[in-house]
Amino acid sequence: MIDSSISQLGADLRAKKISSVELTQCYLDRIAKFNPALNAFISLNPEISLEQARAADARFATGKIDALTGIPIAQKDIFCAKGWLTTCGSKMLHNFVSPYDAHVISQFNNAGAVNLGKTNMDEFAMGSSNETSYFGAVKNPWDISRVPGGSSGGTAAAVAARLCAAATGTDTGGSIRQPAALCGISGLKPTYGVVSRYGMIAFASSLDQAGPMARSAEDLALLLNTMAGFDERDSTSLQREKEDYARDLVKPLAGLRIGLPKEFFAEGLSNDVAQAVESSLAEYKKLGATIVEISLPNTKLSIPVYYVLAPAEASSNLSRFDGVRYGYRAPEYGDLANMYEKSRAQGFGPEVKRRIMIGTYVLSHGYYDAYYLQAQKIRRLIAQDFVDAFKQCDLIMGPTSPSTAFKLGEKGDDPVQMYLSDIYTIAVNLAGLPGMSIPCGFGSNKMPVGLQIIGNYFDEARMLNVAHQFQLATDWHTLYPKL
Amino acid sequence: MSLNIADVEKVARLARLAMSPQEMQTAQAQLSNIFVLIAEMQAVDTRGITPMSHSQELYQRLREDIVTESNQREAFQAIAPQVENGLYLVPQVIE
Repeated sequence: MIDSSISQLGADLRAKKISSVELTQCYLDRIAKFNPALNAFISLNPEISLEQARAADARFATGKIDALTGIPIAQKDIFCAKGWLTTCGSKMLHNFVSPYDAHVISQFNNAGAVNLGKTNMDEFAMGSSNETSYFGAVKNPWDISRVPGGSSGGTAAAVAARLCAAATGTDTGGSIRQPAALCGISGLKPTYGVVSRYGMIAFASSLDQAGPMARSAEDLALLLNTMAGFDERDSTSLQREKEDYARDLVKPLAGLRIGLPKEFFAEGLSNDVAQAVESSLAEYKKLGATIVEISLPNTKLSIPVYYVLAPAEASSNLSRFDGVRYGYRAPEYGDLANMYEKSRAQGFGPEVKRRIMIGTYVLSHGYYDAYYLQAQKIRRLIAQDFVDAFKQCDLIMGPTSPSTAFKLGEKGDDPVQMYLSDIYTIAVNLAGLPGMSIPCGFGSNKMPVGLQIIGNYFDEARMLNVAHQFQLATDWHTLYPKL
Repeated sequence: MSLNIADVEKVARLARLAMSPQEMQTAQAQLSNIFVLIAEMQAVDTRGITPMSHSQELYQRLREDIVTESNQREAFQAIAPQVENGLYLVPQVIE
């Protein structure tokens, strides 16, 4: 049961071979057994989950069913869910029970999916290792001495360990793709604006985008069908025709032009990751694709640009946490300003404070043009690199992360080292393009390697097609860690 | 480029973050390293390039001027650190 695809589970539920209550209980039992070692979940609410499962089972009798009806889905703890603790991995929100549902949560609820629990994450999604969570680091299920990646590390670990059928993530600079790569699962960050950000706790609003994380491209397509769609409550939600992201899964790949950015295979890439990626490109050639060398000349600049723009937006977004309306308030304080300062100093962790300070600095008087405006100008150059590249190819491929999962604590003391590990994923967010990661092999330390697929705007259906065809020809996505 | 302690103090005040002298020193070293990374941007010639604030060219939508939210004052105040008689309590600001 836990190895079945979502479409198989859906068929079994409809045929009444299993009930949603049985399926939900099966995952809750696995969580009870394996989560203490992995720390992938921040909160569980078995009564609510089982109530939703019972409602789903009742729904099968009425005929009003969806592809996800009765399927247990875990939610990254960045999505507000009514009646659920929603912490965003922070002490600041350690006691915040959301009074409303994020759009993504409503979409799953309307489909009749079961909310299985809220997954652990880097605090306010700021991190690449899941070590900045107030609720402790998540362990990689392939090797519990290693990180699962971040910021959607709890989700990635839960999917890899088969503690849920699938789950959600968010991606501001690689937070879906990098943990998917490090945990050996599939993850998709859609085009900016495809999934509503309403009720998704904001980090950097011009970059944040939610997406699905699952065991296969086929499962991702089913989740994206539920998550995507116009929502007037998000001013950046795009008004587009509803599409079926699974419609092209079976298309053959003959004639596909894959662009390889030479900058993605330069200094800094581990040999074992390069080898796994090259073997998967050979597989794509067998499937009828041709490889074109391309250049994304401003790739290296994406890191400094991102570490100006994302903190600038974060410093503004996180100014709402003041200890007045919700969340943490310091137990002792003097006047109002002192209450703000102490509540924020005690409620935020070191990485979040660092980013708030960077953002405050680059937006402050006298520095705005030199940092913030300069970064926005280079952002346009980075986006233009992709426009030029897509004149020569249909899709871009390369590694998701320069190395496989590193050891817990290995990069803890040096923020810059951690930032550099986002080199292949950040430019995609700056440009607002869709990107995904699928498992494509293992490194020398037997840890999974991710293949990144970058598409043109709104090309998610083709990316899923290209990923699915690879998964029909290979079995990397079917391998799972021994727990 | 490096930040001095006065820069860190100013930023901490603007960001409303209470920090001990020890924390300021750590922040000064870490932020200075990060700004060395960020300084790589300065060499790029960006004359004539329009800043990109957003990946999609969007305009603010207008909507009908109708009530779309119901009053949820009690639900919202139930999660506040300190309330009394429907009001949020903060330290006194006017003597």
